[in-house]
Amino acid sequence: MTDTTTPPRRVYLDNGGRALLHPLARTAFDQALDDGWADPRRLHAEARRAAVLLDGAREAIAAGLGARTEEVHLSPSHTSSLHAAVGAVALGRRRVGPGIVVSAVERAAVLHAAELATSSAGRSPERATAQAPAATASSVTAGATDGASPPLVTVPVDRFGRVDEAAMIEAVSSPGIALAALQAANGEVGTVQPVGAVHEAARRAGVPLLVDAGAVVGHAEVPGTWDLLAADPGDWGGPAGVGVLAVRNRVRWRRRWPEDADPWFPGGVSVPAAFAAAVALQSVLADRAAQDARRRAIVEKVRAVVGQIPDVEVVGEPDDRLPHVVTFSFLFVDGEALVSELDRAGFAVGSGSACTSSSLEPSHVLAAMGVLTHGNVRIALDRSTTEEDVDRFLAVLPGAVARVRASLGVSGL
Amino acid sequence: MSHEPLPSPEVVDARGLRCPLPVIRLAAVARDRSPGDVLTVWSTDPAARHDVPAWARMRGHVVVENAVLDDVVVETAGDARPAPDDAGPPRAAAQESTTSVPDGGTTWAITVRLGG
Repeated sequence: MTDTTTPPRRVYLDNGGRALLHPLARTAFDQALDDGWADPRRLHAEARRAAVLLDGAREAIAAGLGARTEEVHLSPSHTSSLHAAVGAVALGRRRVGPGIVVSAVERAAVLHAAELATSSAGRSPERATAQAPAATASSVTAGATDGASPPLVTVPVDRFGRVDEAAMIEAVSSPGIALAALQAANGEVGTVQPVGAVHEAARRAGVPLLVDAGAVVGHAEVPGTWDLLAADPGDWGGPAGVGVLAVRNRVRWRRRWPEDADPWFPGGVSVPAAFAAAVALQSVLADRAAQDARRRAIVEKVRAVVGQIPDVEVVGEPDDRLPHVVTFSFLFVDGEALVSELDRAGFAVGSGSACTSSSLEPSHVLAAMGVLTHGNVRIALDRSTTEEDVDRFLAVLPGAVARVRASLGVSGL
Repeated sequence: MSHEPLPSPEVVDARGLRCPLPVIRLAAVARDRSPGDVLTVWSTDPAARHDVPAWARMRGHVVVENAVLDDVVVETAGDARPAPDDAGPPRAAAQESTTSVPDGGTTWAITVRLGG
């Protein structure tokens, strides 16, 4: 294969969490700079116009998520939504107990917030897996937990990245649990999680369930089974700088930050960003079904074609998955080298390999699944990604993998 | 590639190497061994404790142990710490000499029984 042709336009295939800005979001943002630049908290006409745009944005986002408008809070980012949700519910329900139950493949923001919340009771977090509920006699909340369960329970996943449903149900049904968190689907590998069943168990136990729908909204159906729901406009084509947290009125929470007119996210958010996010959401929900079928077909093709490359693991649930995300790992391949090789060829892709992070730690999602973490490539298709883009990617990929393997002296292994 | 017979389990010292080199080192030694042979790889790369089992599963080998090597002054042959970009064929596995753990970080010892 030769690389002598002039490189065509770049193809961006790393849309998870930071998709291309939707064209209508750009228009809306521009309009809101004219009409909504003022501080919506003030009392004059300019402020009222901004407030109207902001209220309209919240209302539209609430409708898109199946929430009531007063349940929707706008945040500065998806990360801040998740941090606030975990911290405030853990604090609000501390009399119930210090326990937080999470799946092993939650976003790092959830895991880190849960670690902080369970350790801020004055002890370092005592980790446990749901499979091994070892009796670590915790004195953090004498009585409430019977001293049996450690504060942070991490529920394992199977080879496809799907959480152990029975173990999660058992964990949320234990005494002393303040909060449970389960993503609607995993944004790294696309696997859909059993949110309905876990929410049913959590509801029976009186434990609020935080559902991270950051990888789902705009791409797949948003489950209605949640007590707190986090959504990420950056993932559906909205601008950076705004996030969404919906909280059912019944959820008990307590802020860990100073008082403000906006009780969840002090200081409020950018009105143009919120307005553009809402416009983009309406647009992507309108064509979601058509985009689901189109992108699902492309992902099927990617899974089939990539599966033919020697020594590859195509990871994630093959059927019950997001329509636009596909992930695979190549044995004996340096992930950083492969990302760079593809970048040179004009393709931007993501990777969960340790070699691509500064920490040396590979993706905790791939690790929890027990799949290969090196040589990892993650692609997420935007609405604007064409089948031709992906065909060109698939034509370039085998050669890129072979070149990286050759540079490592790998042959006949 | 020539090799001399070694007592089992043979150790492949991949300390100081970054992913995917520990797995490549191990696979290169495994290529010249027989089904039923037992190999242990030492790695300071945190990815290896996930990737060696994944490689074993893809190749039909069985992981018999995956543990942290604690506070052990390990005796190895020759250069125990090749440059990270050194992708050459693996050196002979552990024997005499006295190089201690390279970077003070955790060393994982993962033992694999080769399949057919």
